[in-house]
Amino acid sequence: MSDTIDVAYVAELARLELTPDEHRLFQQQLELIVRYVDKIGELDVSGIEPTMHGQAVVNVFREDVVLPSCDRERVLGNAPERNGYEFRLPKIVEDA
Amino acid sequence: MTGYLITIGLETHVQLRTATKMFCGCSLAFGAEPNTNVCPVCLGYPGALPVMNREAVRLTVVSGLMLGCEISRRSTFDRKNYFYPDMSKDYQISQNGSPLCVGGSVRIETAAGAKRVRINHIHLEEDAAKINHYARFSGVDFNRCGTPLMEIVSEPDLASPDEAMAYLQALKQILLYAGVSDCNLEEGNLRSDVNVSVRPIGQERLGTKVEIKNMNTFKGIYAALEYEIARQLATVTRGGLIVQETRRWDPELGETQPMRSKENAHDYRYFPEPDLVPVELEEAQVEAWRAALPELPAVRRGRMAEAYGIPDYDAAVLADAKENADFFEAAARACEPRLGKTVSNWFMTEVMRLLSESGLTISQSALTPSALAELVTLLDTRVINGPTAKELLPELFRAGGLPSALVAARGLGQVSDADALAALVQQVLSENGKSVADYRAGKRAAAGFLVGQVMKLSKGKADPQVVGRLVAERLAGAS
Repeated sequence: MSDTIDVAYVAELARLELTPDEHRLFQQQLELIVRYVDKIGELDVSGIEPTMHGQAVVNVFREDVVLPSCDRERVLGNAPERNGYEFRLPKIVEDA
Repeated sequence: MTGYLITIGLETHVQLRTATKMFCGCSLAFGAEPNTNVCPVCLGYPGALPVMNREAVRLTVVSGLMLGCEISRRSTFDRKNYFYPDMSKDYQISQNGSPLCVGGSVRIETAAGAKRVRINHIHLEEDAAKINHYARFSGVDFNRCGTPLMEIVSEPDLASPDEAMAYLQALKQILLYAGVSDCNLEEGNLRSDVNVSVRPIGQERLGTKVEIKNMNTFKGIYAALEYEIARQLATVTRGGLIVQETRRWDPELGETQPMRSKENAHDYRYFPEPDLVPVELEEAQVEAWRAALPELPAVRRGRMAEAYGIPDYDAAVLADAKENADFFEAAARACEPRLGKTVSNWFMTEVMRLLSESGLTISQSALTPSALAELVTLLDTRVINGPTAKELLPELFRAGGLPSALVAARGLGQVSDADALAALVQQVLSENGKSVADYRAGKRAAAGFLVGQVMKLSKGKADPQVVGRLVAERLAGAS
């Protein structure tokens, strides 16, 4: 396991199943990417706010006014399975 | 149990009183048919973009101001990533690093004394969908998905289930005063996750904490805490170890049970929500909201006691619900200042009895503050007597109107004219020779009986004070 990135762990969090070949391939590719990002550590960025957005826009709001919702039949038309007016799932257990 | 300290902290999710969802214009009307208030945003369709509800931000900031929080000038949103079918886009939009409100406190009082429970922060997030569990499958209703929730996170300052209750009740009362939430527990407007641990006295470090998730009744929280504290104490006194875990309260069995938990389940990989820009609050805006804040319940209790000359107890009962306090103040202001206590008496006994019998709130009843004020004034100026007032109140409560109109229409005004009453007194005395003799033989209580007979004869309209005086005069006079 590389100390740069743990591909198996990331894949598990993302619910991805990887073959051993894929694992090796992503390990190489992601290590390159992480090392590339690490270059930023060579710079002194203290006092610089991280940039989250490409634009310096703030306060984009909508007013609290009801708009029409979607037609239920169309919405449920996309459900793989339905139970009456609900999306039907395999039986699930509450997770912590 | 002695020798151990109990530490409790609460994370309370409060549904804000908005008409629409946090990031889309879908309605939040309660009780809608499943999956009718949904759109691509709250269904989590790829590419659908969230736009923030301005009112949800205002209500969160108002809550923070009411609780004495510091309001962040700049606040951002983050994605909390997890896989569960109640959130179809596989992340919840929440605030991780820079919440809207920081700090603050709630003052509580219990048998153990008064204390301030510190608030860590309040952040704004979206609710998840509702999953219904059936025998062989589960079903999802997305109506609730995207509901604006503020999460009020307390510091671990609570030391008993009683304190946890006092905290929740005080918090609920403040939020109701602020008008930011309906705080309707039956509709799930107020849900809490409870963190609890125990440790031996003298140990600095907190014990291993257990989280009990998603409880929506105060009674349930109390019972769950009592059970969980007993369980932890039994474990540690046996020399056992508490496992850090999340448990569920089962109200039927009256116990907490561990919830299934995947390894790494709590690695949420928070990262900044790229679809939402930061919220920046102008100082002037925050100050304008601050200036418009309602009084805190505790402040109002003190002011009402002072302003209307009522005992602290009365002020506390009246201020418990904001609309009762508003009603009382409107009625008391419409009366002479010295009648504050009388208005309070009428509200706390007769009106509250009618409220509990009918199951209505004061605003749902037909009684108006001016009607109650008039009733008290008519009584005070002896236009009507107590029994008449008590008879009129249920009618005013049910059908509305003003007591003066009813009194005039039905000739209910009390008779205070001594000449008119003298004849009735004469009649009662001559018909009740035995009581008169008893009185003169020293049985003073007989006078009360005779006054009662005169009141009855007048069909309740006689002024009891005048009757009392006339009866006393006649009994003392010639036989």
